Amino acid sequence: MSMAGTSFSLAEHLPALQVVIPLMAAPVAVLIRRNTPAWSLAAVITWICLAIAITLLNRVLDTGTISYALGGWAAPWGIEYRIDRIGAFMLVIVSAIGAVVVPYARASVAREISPDRQYLFYAMYLLCLAGLLGIAITGDAFNLFVFLEISSLSSYVLISLARDRRSLTAAYRYLIMGTIGATFYIIGVGLMYMMTGTLNMADLAQRIPAIAETRTVLVALGFLVVGISLKLALFPLHAWLPNAYAFAPSAVTVFLASTATKIAIYVLLRVLFTIFGKADVIHVEDIGAVLMVLAVVAMFVASTVAIFQDNVKRLLAFSSVAQVGYIILGISLVSQTGVAAGIIHVFNHALMKGALFMAVGCVFLRTGSMSVSAFAGLGRRMPVTMAAFVVGGLSLIGVPATVGFVSKWYLIQAALEAGLWPLAVLILLSSLLAVIYVWKVVEVAYFQEPPSFRHDLREAPLSMTVPMWLLAGGCIYFGLDAETTFGIAHDAAGSLLGVLP
Amino acid sequence: MTLAGHFPYWIVVVLMMVGFYVVISHGNLVKKIIGLNVFQVSVFVFYIAMGKVEGGTAPILTGQPETFSNPVPHVLILTAIVVGVATTALGLALVVRIRAAYGTIEEDEIEDQETEG
Repeated sequence: MSMAGTSFSLAEHLPALQVVIPLMAAPVAVLIRRNTPAWSLAAVITWICLAIAITLLNRVLDTGTISYALGGWAAPWGIEYRIDRIGAFMLVIVSAIGAVVVPYARASVAREISPDRQYLFYAMYLLCLAGLLGIAITGDAFNLFVFLEISSLSSYVLISLARDRRSLTAAYRYLIMGTIGATFYIIGVGLMYMMTGTLNMADLAQRIPAIAETRTVLVALGFLVVGISLKLALFPLHAWLPNAYAFAPSAVTVFLASTATKIAIYVLLRVLFTIFGKADVIHVEDIGAVLMVLAVVAMFVASTVAIFQDNVKRLLAFSSVAQVGYIILGISLVSQTGVAAGIIHVFNHALMKGALFMAVGCVFLRTGSMSVSAFAGLGRRMPVTMAAFVVGGLSLIGVPATVGFVSKWYLIQAALEAGLWPLAVLILLSSLLAVIYVWKVVEVAYFQEPPSFRHDLREAPLSMTVPMWLLAGGCIYFGLDAETTFGIAHDAAGSLLGVLP
Repeated sequence: MTLAGHFPYWIVVVLMMVGFYVVISHGNLVKKIIGLNVFQVSVFVFYIAMGKVEGGTAPILTGQPETFSNPVPHVLILTAIVVGVATTALGLALVVRIRAAYGTIEEDEIEDQETEG
């Protein structure tokens, strides 16, 4: 074989490499047993993953869906990796956040995790990344479960690595609820297999419509939706999330908040639209209506609870539950604009929450506290960090020229298209709640004097502020120029709904 | 198919409910993990029962025409068992560390300590 031949075949196998590279790197990081080399390895691997994801996205946009037979075993018997627009978009989101967090993690992890465990952090981080990427790439319902558990198990470990003992109980609680969610998911997959004899999603989509009205398939759908809702922290199944985010190490919170719930939303899209799309269950069985009600309740209840939090990380965690509400609201409208608004908010929320949690991590690095009072005077002492926090906060509210505005604009447009103007009013009203909880922190930071005994407070190191501003800058950049992201989201929604090929 | 024909599925339902109930109702962290295990085992039984074909044997080609059970669910569940073992191990490891940090594995006592501190 010539050189051209080998490079050609390597490009062919990018879908497999996307998952296999971080998966193989994780045990290597354990074997290295030293913190700095493990960090370097994670940095190199995550940026390679990002490069592969961008290549795959470009290829999908150019030539359409990629189907890759793992190990050469053709679908539907073998496991198929299937990358369409939405899958490729999720790959880019996950790997981009994954790549940005690693440089940030260096200083943050050094402060928050004891030195003898830091290399394990990077191992688990890579494993979690492999799992999340696997979920986005696979076209096989059972393979998805395996990746779901790879990412979940490693995220339980990541959460428990923090020094605060409450991280242990948070991880335990997440483990119990996450396992119930995943088990519900395999019960659903099992019931579908019983009726169709296949696990391949494209194959399932062909066979489900004929039997969609049987009780077995409806029960399967119920198990799948509830199980995935647990994973994506849909109100009222969000109980695991606030403490898990609040007490995990900062870098872990940034990573999980921006990727883990997002990938669960992607799984929900896959089940509702790819597998059950032709059977149109979301209309026939009123799942859309149920999701819509829960989404609206989440927007209000979780935002209200967020206002009363003293721990800023916990405050932002409740805000995440509310933001998941916006995403699910868009999906529950089942129109191309609505689903596109949900998908674009997945991306936008990853950016803004990433920036916000990174800012809180910087504050924790310098002050050793995450309570609102610790932010006193930081507007002057840590101007770069607080500016990023403000940008993220404005995005959460949905101020024009930020990504949050783009999401809400399309969401309201979708609500009006569906003739549901009260929904548009509710979206605006719930945004006001976000104003309150963001202002609560900003006010303390800019209008209170720093405590006199903390005159040593200074800005966080560049290794943390640069990644933070990459995300905060993204909030502004994609807020001003939403054409690219919305174009991809709109086409992805089109192909999920079967409007586009 | 009567009640008896669905016998394995009745076991699945009973195990599932028992496991789920233990997870929800017990305050002891180890018992919760055991409940979770029972819950998962019910799913294993469900998959295995699904693949069984009446009168079928293991799908080993011996030459003579035979009916075979469907091996796919059985293989799938091997994977799920591995996942279950990993989850149990991690859960118990967390309980060990919780015990070291709080001195108890009772949920309500841990909550008392967390609200105080």
